[in-house]
Amino acid sequence: MELKLADYKSEMAPDWCPGCGDYGILSALQTALYKMKIEPSRAVLVSGIGCSAKTIHYAASYGIHTLHGRGLPVAQGVKLANPKLTVVAMAGDGDGMGIGAGHFVGIGRRNLDMLYLIFNNEVYGMTKGQASPTLELGAQPKSLARPNIQAKVNPLMLAFAAGFTFIARGYAYDVKNLARLMQTGLEHRGLAMIDILQPCPTYNNLHTREWFAPRVYDVGAEGYDPRAPREMGDAERAERMARFTQKATEWGERIPTGVFWQAELPTFEERLGGFLPRYPQEAPATRGVGGEAKRVAALMKGHRVA
Amino acid sequence: MGLMTARKITDLTWRVGGPQGGGIETAATLFAQALARGGWWVSARREYHSNIMGRHSYLDVRAARRPTKAFFEQVDLLAALDAETLARHLGQIKAGGVLVYDPAAAKLPLSKLAMLDGAAYRRISAQLGGGDPPVERAVERYRQDGAVLLPLALTQLAREVGQALGVDAITAKRTLNTVAVAASLALLGYPSQPLVEAVGAQFVKKPKLAELNRKVAAEVYRRVEPLADRRLEPVGDGGERLYLNGSHASAMGKVAAGLGFMSYYPITPATDEPFYLEAHPEAEVVVVQVEDELAAVNMAIGASMAGARAALTTSGPGFALMTEALGFAGITETPLLISLYQRGGPSTGLPTRTEQGDLRFALGAGHGDYPRAVLGSASVEESFYDAALALNLSQRFQLPVVHMMDKYLASTTRTLEPFEADKIKPEPGLRAEGATGVFPRFSLASEGGVSPRLPVGAAGAGYWITSDEHDEVGHITEDPELREAMMEKRAAKIEALREWLGPEEMYRVYNPEAGTLVLGWGSSQGVALEAMEGLDMGYLQARFLLPFPEIGDLLAEKKLVVLDYSQSGQFARLLTQETGNKPDHLIVKYNGRPMTIEEVRAAFEAVLAGTAPKYLVLRAGV
Repeated sequence: MELKLADYKSEMAPDWCPGCGDYGILSALQTALYKMKIEPSRAVLVSGIGCSAKTIHYAASYGIHTLHGRGLPVAQGVKLANPKLTVVAMAGDGDGMGIGAGHFVGIGRRNLDMLYLIFNNEVYGMTKGQASPTLELGAQPKSLARPNIQAKVNPLMLAFAAGFTFIARGYAYDVKNLARLMQTGLEHRGLAMIDILQPCPTYNNLHTREWFAPRVYDVGAEGYDPRAPREMGDAERAERMARFTQKATEWGERIPTGVFWQAELPTFEERLGGFLPRYPQEAPATRGVGGEAKRVAALMKGHRVA
Repeated sequence: MGLMTARKITDLTWRVGGPQGGGIETAATLFAQALARGGWWVSARREYHSNIMGRHSYLDVRAARRPTKAFFEQVDLLAALDAETLARHLGQIKAGGVLVYDPAAAKLPLSKLAMLDGAAYRRISAQLGGGDPPVERAVERYRQDGAVLLPLALTQLAREVGQALGVDAITAKRTLNTVAVAASLALLGYPSQPLVEAVGAQFVKKPKLAELNRKVAAEVYRRVEPLADRRLEPVGDGGERLYLNGSHASAMGKVAAGLGFMSYYPITPATDEPFYLEAHPEAEVVVVQVEDELAAVNMAIGASMAGARAALTTSGPGFALMTEALGFAGITETPLLISLYQRGGPSTGLPTRTEQGDLRFALGAGHGDYPRAVLGSASVEESFYDAALALNLSQRFQLPVVHMMDKYLASTTRTLEPFEADKIKPEPGLRAEGATGVFPRFSLASEGGVSPRLPVGAAGAGYWITSDEHDEVGHITEDPELREAMMEKRAAKIEALREWLGPEEMYRVYNPEAGTLVLGWGSSQGVALEAMEGLDMGYLQARFLLPFPEIGDLLAEKKLVVLDYSQSGQFARLLTQETGNKPDHLIVKYNGRPMTIEEVRAAFEAVLAGTAPKYLVLRAGV
């Protein structure tokens, strides 16, 4: 049976505020999955806590709405147990860059073959607009009692330092390009991270749709090539890192979107296969029952007294 | 020379002490394996500091003609590989026992022992008459206490043998452990062949070292054997027996029940288990070391949601970090097994010492009400069968199960008959086959609170999972009636689990006819059983702590004693809460060292004589 875009939508209606960027992200994700003809039941969407986390309920697939900050570990558990599944993890900026930042660094070192979306609106919406880790120092959106006293973290730079092999930025109101970006990320063999800029119409009165619209542009359209070769000399690496850093830190009059960095590295699943010869063909979730006593016998052999 | 009275040895304890990282663990393994090959039932316990190298560490190896369950405080032979061992183990050698030591080490004054902390220095100095006594004074004290002194220039011996064999001084020094083991066994009149075999097995991947150590052992035997005046004889052969510790047993039990995934963050003493599985691909377990305990527990939950049998190990501080996720597994009805290796708490506490202080924490960890099962293993052997049962329970009842272990079990190694792994079958749980469309994963039409499961990613279907309260397909709800129905559905699992297990599985009772009943759980079992031999006492081991076994009838009209490794007597409070009975005596230990047979025996005798206080603290231990 031919899959339709409607097959990716659940019967549940979103309860986000009118104008929320989350609508665009949900729509882009459904479009990307649909275009890639990924069976809804073979995709597992995993979220943390907050407005962004509700996304999984509005998509027809398997959705796991976890704890604050813990979407990434749960998603990795799913993927490692059944590597044939398409796994998409998503988190808000507080969820991903604050309470879950340790996992962001951890997964960067592993390069699991999955997609990670950060819903970045610079505020904690669900708890009424506190400053998130991506809000600039000194900024004061309307719900803050005083200007932000902490400086912001740059998800793209952190991703680079942590070893992500696909680093991108999207814009929630540009659904067409965002869907394309997600598709590229899903096709990437390894871990793909997309930092998605989105207004919060209720609490972020500084970075609104009107503020973003004239600023965002696509780096690809300007000839930027994110693909880092497997082998690079020192000079080339320095030059590519400088270009990446220039784009990743550009902010203000012009705000770049698109793919900033793409590298090739063995995935964690492949690395595991080096230690466990039957993995990933016989993964823990799919291998079925049988052979346990034989495994124990093999272990006991190493403990025989004589 | 008459080292020991010439009676037949039926039960022997050998202790080796020295600096951490100096190879005394290898020494204990060699000693134990040599005796195990001669048909002796052996067990070894390890005491060590939270330190990589240099601080005091020791092992006791007990060998007997029958399987044993605990350890004595006093030893038959102490092999002291350094001066600090001589200083620390005063009063620990039985009258008539032997002290093997290096006279060169005894020349040092106490203050020159760099790793001896202030508290120990002051205590030992006072025991030896104050001031800064030379360690020789400790040696003299051992002699006064009835030990036979056997000064052997161990280091020199290692050097000389090394020279004779043409190896350099550093390599020669590394054979000191083999020197100590060979000297001890030769003194006991034990044949050298089993040791030669044990050396071969120990250094199987390093043939040169094996050869060197074999030669060292032979040379030491040649020199020391004439001093022996008795024969510790082989009593058979090792047969099919295994030699392993609680961490190994717990890992194997999980594998027997189909373990497929384990994530972990390093922590003493829980990490030995995943580390062991990581080193053995034949176990076919995906083991992942992660960035923190939050990742460890949530990754295992994700793997379980996808259909893998998932488990993890941790100890108190790590478990504290996992409590939010424990509730997540509870509300999402995700099978999850955590083996909780207790160590001395609170906080970092005593990282390398034993305790049962996490009982009430395990029972209540997490916010909100949700069902879980908690069971505790009392021996290395039980660790295998309990780990398998615990994993199976998690699958059958779709809930978190906490399997209580402790440092003592983790680092106690013993000979055992092989496990009957083929008698264990991975529990399939209630599975929905071939479901399509939106699947009611949390169906309320369930028996005993258990709805059929479909792993996430099962083709053709779909549902949601949320940490919020939810409806039957997993969408968020705050509806009051649905909330009640879901709470009641989950809560029903506890009684269903109790019924499935049957009352006999939930506790073990020994000599229930006795007028005095000792109650406890986990590691207090073995020492209680050995200490009460010949006394009019029984022992009841609560194998399950939650749900709690129905034991009220067994307690009627009896004098009740609780034996517990916690300062407040956590098990006694649980017993009162669950049965209404208050123990007449509470015997506790919380200095981090295992209970000794002598001190528990003395406490039991005092209970029977009517001279024991209501609250009694056991304080033995080095």
